Amino acid sequence: MEKRVYETLQETLFYEKMDNGLDVYILPKKGFHKTYATFTTNYGSVDNQFVPLGKTEMKRVPDGIAHFLEHKLFEKEDGDVFQQFSKQGASANAFTTFTRTAYLFSSTDNVEKNLETLMDFVQTPYFSDKTVEKEKGIIGQEIRMYDDNPDWRVYFGAIESMYHHHPVKIDIAGTIESIAEITKELLYECYETFYHPSNMLLFVVGPVDEQQIMQQIRDNQAKKSFPQAPEVKRFTYEEPSGVAEKKIVIPMHVQTNKCFVGIKAPSVPNIGEQKLRHELAFHVLLDYLFGKSSPHYERLYREGLIDDTFMYDYTEEREFGFALVGGDTRDAERLAAEVQKVLQSFSADAVQKDEIERVKKKKMGAFLRALNSPEYIANQFTRYAFYGASLFDILPALSSLTLDDIAAVADSCFRDSQIAVCEVVPKGQ
Amino acid sequence: MVDEKITTVGPVRVHMISTNKYKTNTLVWKMKAPLAKETVTLRALLPYVLQSGTADYPSVKALRTYLDELYGATLNVDLTKKGEDHIMTIRIDVANERFLPEQTPLLEKALQLLADLLFRPALEGGRFVEDIVAREKQALSQRIQAVYDDKMRYANMRLVQEMCKGEPYALSPNGELEDIDAITAERLYRYYEQSLAEDELDLYVIGDVDEEAVLAAVKRRFSLPDRPQPSRAPLASAKARGEINEVIERQDVKQGKLNIGYRTNVTYEDDDYYALQLFNGIFGGFSHSKLFINVREKASLAYYAASRLESHKGLLLVMSGIEPANYEKARRIIDEQMQAMKNGDFTDEEMEQTKAVIRNQLLETLDTPRGLVEVLYHNVVSTRKRPLNEWLAGTDGVTREDVVRVAEKVALDTVYFLTGMEGATENGKAGV
Repeated sequence: MEKRVYETLQETLFYEKMDNGLDVYILPKKGFHKTYATFTTNYGSVDNQFVPLGKTEMKRVPDGIAHFLEHKLFEKEDGDVFQQFSKQGASANAFTTFTRTAYLFSSTDNVEKNLETLMDFVQTPYFSDKTVEKEKGIIGQEIRMYDDNPDWRVYFGAIESMYHHHPVKIDIAGTIESIAEITKELLYECYETFYHPSNMLLFVVGPVDEQQIMQQIRDNQAKKSFPQAPEVKRFTYEEPSGVAEKKIVIPMHVQTNKCFVGIKAPSVPNIGEQKLRHELAFHVLLDYLFGKSSPHYERLYREGLIDDTFMYDYTEEREFGFALVGGDTRDAERLAAEVQKVLQSFSADAVQKDEIERVKKKKMGAFLRALNSPEYIANQFTRYAFYGASLFDILPALSSLTLDDIAAVADSCFRDSQIAVCEVVPKGQ
Repeated sequence: MVDEKITTVGPVRVHMISTNKYKTNTLVWKMKAPLAKETVTLRALLPYVLQSGTADYPSVKALRTYLDELYGATLNVDLTKKGEDHIMTIRIDVANERFLPEQTPLLEKALQLLADLLFRPALEGGRFVEDIVAREKQALSQRIQAVYDDKMRYANMRLVQEMCKGEPYALSPNGELEDIDAITAERLYRYYEQSLAEDELDLYVIGDVDEEAVLAAVKRRFSLPDRPQPSRAPLASAKARGEINEVIERQDVKQGKLNIGYRTNVTYEDDDYYALQLFNGIFGGFSHSKLFINVREKASLAYYAASRLESHKGLLLVMSGIEPANYEKARRIIDEQMQAMKNGDFTDEEMEQTKAVIRNQLLETLDTPRGLVEVLYHNVVSTRKRPLNEWLAGTDGVTREDVVRVAEKVALDTVYFLTGMEGATENGKAGV
C-alpha cells in the first residue's frame, strides 16, 4: 500500500493496485460520521462503438445502453440491491456521465458490510429478458421527465449544436426508440468489456482504518476470477474542430427564455498534467469574464439579461472539451449576442495581472470548500485519475497558472468557428 | 455528537459549533417572522437587496471583488417556510487560512462583512439604492416565473396552493408576483428596519473557531434592540376534514405529474413525531419504500414516486411522474400503499430497515455545515426542543403500533394532476 501525504491540505491518501488491475484509493477523514465509497468504471454514454471483449470487430450498440446497464445492475435474481443497502443502513445510488458509470453508497454504520455489498453487486451481473423489458418503462419515464425540462433541453441542445458526429451530442439516457433495442445479450457484452477490474477504480473516503479496509478489498477481489483483458479498443470519432450548427432554437411551453452559448475546444491535450492545466485555465478565464465581480456580469445583470440562474462551466473529458455560458433571460437573442461579443473582443493584453491573481485566489478557496465534501473528493478524484491527473494537484497547478496559459485558451477557442448557441423560447413566438 | 453552545447577545441567539473537520468556516444568519400575505414579498426581496452592496462596497461588483479577495468567500441568501413561519437566511462561508499560504484572519473579516450587510447596507438619501431595488425586483419576478417552467416544482407548488387555500402556508416563500410592482426603495427600507426590530434572530457559527473571540466580535458588531418573545399562532387549517379536493390541470407536457397531499395531524411538537418519520420512511421516503417498490419497480409506471413530510405544518406530500394514461392505475396503487400502512401491513424487517436508514440520513446530514444548521434550527422553529441524541433514541424506540396509530391519523386532502392536452384522463375525474 502506497501512502501519499499532502502537507498543505493535511490529507493522506492510500493507494494500491490489486492483482486483477483494480485501482483502490482510501482517504481517511476524521470527525465525519459518514463513509462514502464509489466504484466506477471508465465507461460512459459516449462509448457506443468498441471492440467487445474476445472479439475483433468494432461494434455499434444502442444509445443509452451504459445508463440502462447502470439501472439494471441493481437488480439481482433474489431482488433489489437497494433493499440490501437500506437493511444495512446505507443509502446507495449510481450515475452515468459521458465517460463514467459510478456506483456508490454512503453510510455511518456497517461500513464493511456495505463495502462488500458494493463490490459484490457491481461484480455479479444478472440480466433477464423480463427485467430488461420492465426497465424500459421506468427509463422511458426518466426520458419523458427530461423532455419536459427546459433546463435540460437547452443544455443538451447547446451540446448538440457544437458536435457533428461525436456521441457526446446524444442524451446520456438515449431515446425511447434506442432503448427499445436493448437486450440482455447486449448488456452482458457491454458489461464484460467495460466492467473488467482493470478498467475500474474504487474510492473510499470517511472515518475508516485504511489497513483494515484495504485488506478487506484485497480479500474480496482475490476470491473472484476475471479473464485476461487487453485495454478496451474504443472507436475514435473523426470530429471536425469547429461547431456543427451555429444556432438551435427549441420552442417549448415556457414563460422564460433560456439561452446557452457553447464554446467548443478544437482539441484538448491528452496528457493528464496538461489536461488539468488546460481545464483550470479555462475555468479561470470564464470566471474572469463572467464571474459576479466582472464588469460584464454587472452590466448584463443590470440590463436584466441575466439573473441568478446565470452560469458558466467548462467540461473536459477524454477527447473533447466544451464550455457553456448562459441561463434564463428575457431576451435570448440579445444575451447570445452579448456573450459572443465578450468572447470575441477578449484580448489577453488588456488583462491586469492582479485580476487574474484574484480569480486564482477565489478558485483556491472554492477548492478547499469542495474538500469538505466526501462526494466531491471521490467523484472528482476518479474523474481526474481516469484521464491521468490528480485532484490533489489542483492547488499547485492553480498557483503556477500564468496569463499565457489563459491567453492560449482564448486564442484557440474564442473564434467564430468554435461558438454555437441554443435557445429555448416560448412556443408561438 | 454535536456540541452546540448557545449564548444570547441582546436579541440574537448565537449558536457556536466548534469542529475541525472542515476546511472552511461557516456563518449562517436567520431571521424569522410569521408567514403573511402583507410581508411575504417584502421579505422575499430584502435579503437580495442586502447582498447587493454595503456602505463600504456599494455595488455587486465591489462586494464580489472583496469576496474574491477573501479567497473566494461565498455569500448567498435564501427564503424558506417552516410551518407558518417565513425565514430569511444569509450564509457566508470562508476558507480556513490554516490551509492557505497567506495568514489573513478570514473569519473575522467574514463576521465584519455579515454585520455590514445587515447594519450598514448601501444607501442613498436614507433609503436603499433605487437602482439596486429596481434590479432585484426584476430578478424576483424572474425567480417566481421560473417555477412555471420546472414542472416538478410547479406541481409541488400547485398542490400546496390548492391544499392550503386560505391558510398562510399556501404562500410561496419567494413572494407574490403581483405585489412586486408596488414595492419602493423607501417602503422596503422601512420594512428592513421593522424586521431588524421585530424578527427572531439566530446566528450559527460553525468551524475551527476561537469561541471567545467570535462572541466578543458579535457583541461589538451586532447591537440590536431587545424585543418581546414572539407569540405563536395556532396552525391554520381552513378545510373541514373528510372533504377531498381533486384538481386536474392541463398543459403542453409529455409526462403527467401526480401529486397527492395528506394532512398528518402529527407535527414536530407531538410525541408521535418519530413515529411519523418512520411512517413516511416505510411509505415513500426512500428507495426501499412502498411507493418506490410498487409504483416504480413492480408496476414500472414511474421513474420517481416518493413522499416527503413538512413536519411543522403537518403535511405528507406524494409526488410522481407518470404517463398521462396511467393516472387511474397510479392512483390506485398509491391508495393501496396508504391503506396497507393503516392496516399495519408492513414487516418488522421494513421497520428495522427504515430505522437504520433514518439514523444514517440524520448522521449524514450532520456532516455538512448547512445540513447541521437546518437540523438544529428545527428547535428554534418549534416550541418543542429535541436535542440531537434524542433523535436517535426516539427513532429506535418507535413500535409498529406507534406507526399504525400515526397512519390512522393521516388523512387524504388533495389530489393534483398536471397532465397533457389530450383527453387521456377523462375517466380520472369520476375517481373521487
